[in-house]
Amino acid sequence: MKRLRWLVCWFGICTFGILLIFAIPGLPPVGDVSHPYRDLAVRAAVEHATANTVASVNFDTRAFDTLGEEAIFFTAVLGAIALLRPARHEKDRRLPHSGRVLASTRLAGYVFLGITTVVGWDVVAHGHLTPGGGFQGGIVAGSGLHLAYVAGNYSVLQRIRPLRLLEIGEAAGVVGFIGIGLAGLVCAGSFLTNFVPMGILGGFLSGGTVALLNAVVGLEVGCGVVMLLSRFLEQDLVMT
Amino acid sequence: MRSMAYFPYFVAGWLMVMGAVGIVWSRNLVRAIVCLSVTQSGTYVLLLAIGYQRHAVAPILGAQDENTRPLVDPVVQAMTLTDIVVSAGVTALLLAIAVQVARRHRTTDPDQLSTLTG
Repeated sequence: MKRLRWLVCWFGICTFGILLIFAIPGLPPVGDVSHPYRDLAVRAAVEHATANTVASVNFDTRAFDTLGEEAIFFTAVLGAIALLRPARHEKDRRLPHSGRVLASTRLAGYVFLGITTVVGWDVVAHGHLTPGGGFQGGIVAGSGLHLAYVAGNYSVLQRIRPLRLLEIGEAAGVVGFIGIGLAGLVCAGSFLTNFVPMGILGGFLSGGTVALLNAVVGLEVGCGVVMLLSRFLEQDLVMT
Repeated sequence: MRSMAYFPYFVAGWLMVMGAVGIVWSRNLVRAIVCLSVTQSGTYVLLLAIGYQRHAVAPILGAQDENTRPLVDPVVQAMTLTDIVVSAGVTALLLAIAVQVARRHRTTDPDQLSTLTG
């Protein structure tokens, strides 16, 4: 059984390797000057006054794909939370208990808790101007919240983490994305059209719907990460 | 120099193959999930290698002298970005499944999960 598994594995890898060796010369050499998609994407970003061309691709040109990707993240979080619920025969989980925390660790934790939260939402808010956006900022802000657990203890984290509210926030993020898309359908005639006035390239109020979509994605990802980690933190497994 | 122009593609292929070998090799579900992440990293290298241009700057307008210097391809960067986020979500889902398996069967060794329990 085991030998058969390795045989199949090596057969697959050898086939993949041979195909790869034949395929790679057909790819454009790395560092080449010809990037037709780049030229089109940059032109589209300039037309819609979005300084961060990556955000322009994600939330303007390919906004519909991003809706799909946001939905994948949403359902993955939903699935993980459903799987990590306590089963019927299990009592309420023992909550993670923290040991002694050094005063310096505590101080650093609380200082960085503030900084990380601000940086996270700053990355979301400027997603249409500078590198970053809803996905990255949401992850930073959501996981930064757990510094309260590192610095203090679990009850501190529970106090600053209203799970009911976060549930609503996560759902509101997805609904908001679809809502902005439908608003585009009503105002401009097609789903997820960038229908808001574009502003001036580089200004804070620019890029039209890109900034709005960044904000709702940031809300969804930030809330989702906190809910996800809350379930993982309450797992108290003893493996033998 | 000519061979170096294709080197990142081989790195991408190498990462994918090593991740796949790791999944087959794994005697622990958590390790298999980490190996899946390595496999996915191969796609990031592939995408970024396709979009790279020598002496080009980051695809942010107005930050640098992009009038004189070209930008790297933002399309593949956008794909890589969403890929990373989605893979983080999917990794969390897989880890949740691993936790559930460990809870039900008291093992995370895939080879010992052959018996059916109802």
